[in-house]
Amino acid sequence: MNNQKLHEQFLQSLRKEKRWVRFYQLLILIAFFGLWEMASRFSWIDPLIFSSPSKVTSLLIDNIADGSILVHISYTLFETVLGFIIGTLLGTILAAILWWSPFLSKVLDPYLVILNSMPKVALGPILIVAMGPGMGSIITMGAIISVIISTIVIYTSFRNVDANYLKVLQTFNATRSQMFKEAILPSSFPTIISTLKVNVGLSWVGVIVGEFLVSSKGLGYLIIYGFQVFNFNLVLMSLLIIAVFATIMYQLVELLEKRLIKNI
Amino acid sequence: MSFLNVSNVHHTYFSTEAATVALKDINLAINKGEFVSFIGPSGCGKTTLLSIIAGLFKPTSGSVQIENQDVHGNIDLSIGYMLQQDYLFPWKTIEENITIGLKLLKDDKKNYGNVASALLSDVGLPPVEKKYPMELSGGMRQRVALARTLAVDPKILLLDEPFSALDYQSKLKLEDLVSHKLKEYGKTAVLVTHDLGEAIAMSDRIFLFSARPGRLHQTFEVPNELRVLTPFEARAHSSYSTLFQKIWKELESLE
Repeated sequence: MNNQKLHEQFLQSLRKEKRWVRFYQLLILIAFFGLWEMASRFSWIDPLIFSSPSKVTSLLIDNIADGSILVHISYTLFETVLGFIIGTLLGTILAAILWWSPFLSKVLDPYLVILNSMPKVALGPILIVAMGPGMGSIITMGAIISVIISTIVIYTSFRNVDANYLKVLQTFNATRSQMFKEAILPSSFPTIISTLKVNVGLSWVGVIVGEFLVSSKGLGYLIIYGFQVFNFNLVLMSLLIIAVFATIMYQLVELLEKRLIKNI
Repeated sequence: MSFLNVSNVHHTYFSTEAATVALKDINLAINKGEFVSFIGPSGCGKTTLLSIIAGLFKPTSGSVQIENQDVHGNIDLSIGYMLQQDYLFPWKTIEENITIGLKLLKDDKKNYGNVASALLSDVGLPPVEKKYPMELSGGMRQRVALARTLAVDPKILLLDEPFSALDYQSKLKLEDLVSHKLKEYGKTAVLVTHDLGEAIAMSDRIFLFSARPGRLHQTFEVPNELRVLTPFEARAHSSYSTLFQKIWKELESLE
């Protein structure tokens, strides 16, 4: 048998495997929603609490038709994206400052540990009182929840850059900022991207909790409102929307990763 | 007056456990265009001395001068430093890697593309300037590192075991290339190596160091008949093994 034929067979088996993976993924999805619907119809679970896919779908269609859901989605999405960007950017800047001054990083080390281990959402009430019950404090929640862990992770990556790369630059009389730009930052891109991935999830937590506490708009508000009036169709619909958009955000970060990291 | 002067250099490393004397009473002078090697058992401080000559840090006491100028903190002095591995930046193209020194030293955004292609052919590489380091073999990458070092036209080349991570064939080829290029440009060079044969094949003079504390133990002149040969040819010459035996005995007596 010739080589080309063998290669063709190999590719075919790869494609076949991929088809099966997709098939089972779809099966799980259909089974999940199918079982959910059935369980609700035949009252295996309390339909009042667990709703059902058909009820959620019809509510979603109604809400799209009257346009109300789009307002909530855009509100939450805006807060989350902004919180996420601010959190990561601020984390990178703080990490750069710590790298710049080893003395400062030694001084601040225990405080970073304390801030990191503290549950940031507990700061919510203080933020709301200090910044007013608006979008500002919710975005801050989205950012604050990820900033310290980003700082710690990115700073560690800055420090782990092979000292010999710096030695090479040093022999060319590079300044500390040139070393940062030429070696430290680019070699830490993979870490920064993986922090971004973690932060997608974190900023959703921050924003939703922020909306629980204060907002009159947004998906977090819909959840807490649905809970208060015991409309669990609304709660589950909001949850499903969050799942969809968080996944989209994550996929976008992966796309960014592919474009940015070609050779590391 | 010599080109490079190392006078009364002492260096001590400090850690929380102890202060370790790495170098003691080092005095040596190297002439312009000369190729010298530092050899010795591990812990003899030869790499420390090389870093001090590069001006990467200051010795605890003593001074290192090139053409009567202190090397430490001297931004006008360009030094070429080659490490054990190539340390090419993986996210930069070969061209960007070769010209990084030029860009940093001249601090401009000029395009040095033609400099890069000239250097590539100079070190015997095909035009790979748009490729990335991971696409090249180890020997090719170390050639690129050599081109990066030569790009800034350094006054002196410091070679910190640059051939030790290569396979034997690439190593021999690269030794010949480096030796040829340095002679062609009339560069002064210091090689740190574990490989006694390499030191004899490449150098004009060999400095043997003893360990704990690092001291200059003895200096060997490489006979003229070996100096005129390429490193590869030198390895086959009869004076090569004579000198090898002589230095080998000294090395043995140190351990």
